[in-house]
Amino acid sequence: MIPQLDIIILTLVIVCAIAAISVKDLLGCAILFGAYSFMMCLLWAVMGSVDVAFTEASVGAGVSTVFFVAAVFRTTRRTKD
Amino acid sequence: MKKIGLIIVCLSGALLLYATQDFPRWGDPNSPASTHVSPRYIQKSLEETDVPNLVTSILADYRGYDTMFETTVIFAAGLSCFILLRAFKKKEDDLYYRHISTGITLHIKGDKTIPASSKEFERIDTMWTPYDLIIKTVCRFLVPFIQIFALYVLAHGHESPGGGFQGGVIFGASFIVIAIAFDLRTALIRFKEKMDGLLSALGVFIYAGLGALCLLLGGNFLNYKELATILPMDPVEARAYGILGVEIGVFIAVMAVMLSIYVNIVSEGRHDEGL
Repeated sequence: MIPQLDIIILTLVIVCAIAAISVKDLLGCAILFGAYSFMMCLLWAVMGSVDVAFTEASVGAGVSTVFFVAAVFRTTRRTKD
Repeated sequence: MKKIGLIIVCLSGALLLYATQDFPRWGDPNSPASTHVSPRYIQKSLEETDVPNLVTSILADYRGYDTMFETTVIFAAGLSCFILLRAFKKKEDDLYYRHISTGITLHIKGDKTIPASSKEFERIDTMWTPYDLIIKTVCRFLVPFIQIFALYVLAHGHESPGGGFQGGVIFGASFIVIAIAFDLRTALIRFKEKMDGLLSALGVFIYAGLGALCLLLGGNFLNYKELATILPMDPVEARAYGILGVEIGVFIAVMAVMLSIYVNIVSEGRHDEGL
């Protein structure tokens, strides 16, 4: 575990999380959520739990982003609030 | 209302932060998990299950019930997506076709159609459908590699990170790539809805059936050691093959459910036009 790398990844996780809930464009929100998942995946990999990182990369960053984009495609792109 | 929500979120966040102080430090050798549970697995799992990857042996053997019901949860998620979204009635919409050699778009009103076997016309989605030769070619080139990688992840779950769940997600994603790069109908020709439903149930059935087989052979549920009585191998090796068997079940279930959820969401359950 490298502290500098850890701090950079953790900062990016928090930035992605705050951006994902504050952005008005839902498609952008879905992409930001994918980026968040990818940063979490890097964090797991740095901690040494490679199996969890693999699952996070394939499910969190890959397929669930596609599901969100599909849901945005069939509903609306802008939030009501 | 928004302010109350913010206060509640901040309060529970502060509580969570306060509670983390009681956690053992990261990698603390004196924490309860590292003194009782982990040493048992680390010392015994290779000689008991013949699987070098500790995580796989814990997931599929020591904690086999957990993984079985995780697979059931995935199956239930796919089933509920199907029940909520699937619409069998066709929407009375106009159809759009593209004349392949000239690129002219045809808008056909009413219930008239051009047969799907037509060589001159291809059906296109109602939304804007661009010519995407590069995307289609790259996708056609990429999909076999994605699928072989998924099978590799499944087969090497014993040796390296990976296993049925990750492999299944990657294999399902390869069909989603086809559905995005071509269109939804192309993907559904290659992976029919009936097969999708059957496979998602079959995966759970393989997992639970392997457990029930152990029960029939006189052992406990999901105790793969008993498979040695019907397979020509010793009990430790039988455990490794039992783990592979349930991983294949998880693979099949997850692959089918991922595609079915995607198709149901993107086509509003009508299975004709998508992203």
